[in-house]
Amino acid sequence: MFDRRSFIGAGAIGAAAMAFAPKMAFARAETDKRFVFIIQRGAADGLGTVAPVGDPAFAAARGALAADFETAAKLDPLFALHPALANVGGLYGKGQALFAHAVASPYRDRSHFDGQNVLETGGAGAYQVKTGWLNRMLGLLPPTQAKAIAVAATVPLALRGNHEVSSYAPSALPQASADLLQRVSMLYEGDSQLHALWSEAMGTRALTSDMADDNGRNAAATGALAAKLLAPENGARIAMIETGGWDTHAGQRTRLALQLRGLDGMIGALQTGLGPLWGDTMVLIATEFGRTVAVNGTGGTDHGTASSAMLLGGGVKGGRVVTDWPGLAPAALFEARDLKPTLQLDAFIAGATAEHFGIEPGRAMAALFPDSKGVRPVEGLART
Amino acid sequence: MSDASIALNRFGLGARPDEPIPADPRKWLHGQLTAFEPNPAPIAALPGRRQIAGELAEYLDQVKALRQQEGRAPRRAQAGQAPAMQAQMTDAAPEMAQGYQMAPVAAMASGGKQPATPAFDPNDPVAQARRFAQRQARDYYVNAVGGRTVAALTAPAPFVERLVHFWANHFAISIDKVQVVGLGGLLEFEAIRPHVLGKFGDMLNAVERHPAMLLYLDQAQSVGPDSLIGSRFGNRPNRKLGLNENLAREIMELHTLGVRTVYDQADVTEFARAMTGWTVSGLNRGPGARFTGTDGQAGDFVFAAPLHEPGARMIMGKSYDQPGEHQAQAVLDDLAVHPATATHLATKLARHFAGDTPPPALVERMKAAYLKTGGDLPSVYRVLIDSPETWAPQPAKFKSPWEWSVSTMRALGMKTAQPLMVTGLLNQLGQPTWKPGSPAGFDDIAASWAGPDAVLRRVEAAERFANKAGATVDARALAPKIIPASVTPATTQALARAESPGQALALLLVAPEFMRR
Repeated sequence: MFDRRSFIGAGAIGAAAMAFAPKMAFARAETDKRFVFIIQRGAADGLGTVAPVGDPAFAAARGALAADFETAAKLDPLFALHPALANVGGLYGKGQALFAHAVASPYRDRSHFDGQNVLETGGAGAYQVKTGWLNRMLGLLPPTQAKAIAVAATVPLALRGNHEVSSYAPSALPQASADLLQRVSMLYEGDSQLHALWSEAMGTRALTSDMADDNGRNAAATGALAAKLLAPENGARIAMIETGGWDTHAGQRTRLALQLRGLDGMIGALQTGLGPLWGDTMVLIATEFGRTVAVNGTGGTDHGTASSAMLLGGGVKGGRVVTDWPGLAPAALFEARDLKPTLQLDAFIAGATAEHFGIEPGRAMAALFPDSKGVRPVEGLART
Repeated sequence: MSDASIALNRFGLGARPDEPIPADPRKWLHGQLTAFEPNPAPIAALPGRRQIAGELAEYLDQVKALRQQEGRAPRRAQAGQAPAMQAQMTDAAPEMAQGYQMAPVAAMASGGKQPATPAFDPNDPVAQARRFAQRQARDYYVNAVGGRTVAALTAPAPFVERLVHFWANHFAISIDKVQVVGLGGLLEFEAIRPHVLGKFGDMLNAVERHPAMLLYLDQAQSVGPDSLIGSRFGNRPNRKLGLNENLAREIMELHTLGVRTVYDQADVTEFARAMTGWTVSGLNRGPGARFTGTDGQAGDFVFAAPLHEPGARMIMGKSYDQPGEHQAQAVLDDLAVHPATATHLATKLARHFAGDTPPPALVERMKAAYLKTGGDLPSVYRVLIDSPETWAPQPAKFKSPWEWSVSTMRALGMKTAQPLMVTGLLNQLGQPTWKPGSPAGFDDIAASWAGPDAVLRRVEAAERFANKAGATVDARALAPKIIPASVTPATTQALARAESPGQALALLLVAPEFMRR
């Protein structure tokens, strides 16, 4: 099933992990937990996904983009879910979907490239940490569970690091040079001119994603593939899926709907493929930053700050929106344009994964987000 | 950058791993001023002017004959057909630009059927123009780019080779015009190379008499209003006949004095009058053609006295009363040694070697050397070599696509290159050879080349080169040979951590110190 490295390498690393494993207390579940990280590259619009329709400033600020929510089901008095997210909405009704809002990583500028680096490394700033938080999480898991796979031809930064991980993608995906692109990114870190040019180029590249391709069937196929990789007894326990195309600077109403439909199909296929294992699964969906509150001149939104994030799966204590809502009134905005971050994505991820895997939360925080280790992880996100 | 790296990369065309790193970089550069090969084997092997211009002349004759047939056959000579064909000929160039890409030509070569293309009708002038342009593009343009590239890969004097490229861009033609597609390379080979180590005035003279330039900037069709031909035919209705200022203006604005300097519109017009009669044998079109094409071989410069505007000309306060051909020659000779020309050329050369904002002191020293020697180019080049401004350790320039491609192929030790690979690569990287789109040539500043998509394309091209080289090249060993004593720790680390030799090579080719010089 695994085309390249399989998990041969993981065995060697696993032996090293075993040395300190006895010191850690694991809650041994009857079945292993599954965890999936779906990264939304390109700054997904949280306000257009989980919309604060009850905020008095929402309709005016969002103009035509607000129209999608006229018929949308309300999640609670403040929020409504984009109607393209039918599967996700169903999960919410069953208490298996949780949304975090006004959430952001420590990154406060508006470069995709730098923002994704922070999101994936778990550092406080771009390029301060060289490995990915999801890779470091493997070191906190018992060797039998510390098996991760990237559902892509190459391993994204969040999964890179000292622990061996695998990758798998259907050979038809023309992603051969993604690894090189990532290494070029690192190579240009110290060169201001090339770094800026490269950031721009990668941002544009993210626009040409296949998320909405083939009416979302590609995305669903990826979800089904991830399920196949996660389900077997000797399969992976952690998977990462990359999605692009979220940089909706123009024509957002149509494009975001297609993107979300693709994402929804991916979730549906993942749930179907995992079957009863869905009950022990947690899916995290997060993006590097959000988008402007106001609509721009081309029916889109520009790079912003806070966005929304999702936790899905039977392992999630869902059916609610976790937020300290800052409001959309002009005076409440970050730098007079963006949704103000009131919840730290680091704390959200550390809390969710710690509870899901039974890791002591402070330990998870220190390993995953070393620069934020004083911060208290968010509690009560998972069923334990 | 170390001095050796500056000599190899900023002055030269990039290092070759099979050539020693110069022990004395300045001496190495000075030595090249006597080691240059004006007509190296890869260029000498190309079809010459006789063949290319001969075909062009033949083609133009056919077009003329077809037009006359149409004139006699009213059924087919529908109103507007001739102008339509003119437009089609002009349009043929962009179409050819696509023809340079690998695929269409390969399809033709493999004899594959192309059902979308209608059968070739030899009596259809449009189809004929297209076929002619495609053939000249494929046979001559692509191979000339190949010859230029191989010469650059194997040059005994890469610094002088770089200067050839510099001057060819200074005297830019653009092969958007169907008449100059095949001739584009010849301008560089015949007018630039023999004079790159001579006097600027001689290079200027050779360029302005070259058929590619005379055709590209319309000089070949310029007719003095009071000349023999102009006075006889110029006033007839439906005859486009008269003065064309295009080349005269660009000589002053681009080739010599520089824009907004010491001349005005009246000087341009007077110079254009002086230049009437400078034309091309056998390749001229239009009503005056039959008076010009009888002397010499097709493609040769010819002075056609019946087109020359009689009388003395007043240009920048000086009267020129020389007879015939010598009148414009005298103007050119003066322009070549004018202080404004010295400033213009010194500024461009300084920009090419010392950075996008040329240091004024360097420009002044070069200008002084130029004026003192009457435009002796090696004297100016020596100032470049001996000036501290050109040896600043910070990279001075972001490589153009041509520079990056040539330095890449040299770094890989290539001594040959598939012409179609090279033209395809340069099209993709945004700098198709001899096709800058305007007589001003390609820009020589980073802002024109350092774009997000441009960098991405270089990365993609680097990966293709690296895949082709496979595991035969160890980038870690190659790096200090091509960027001596100047590889940064970041690049060293990236090469060491690469997951394969090919990936390491691709990273080296796009490393910041290889993207600049």
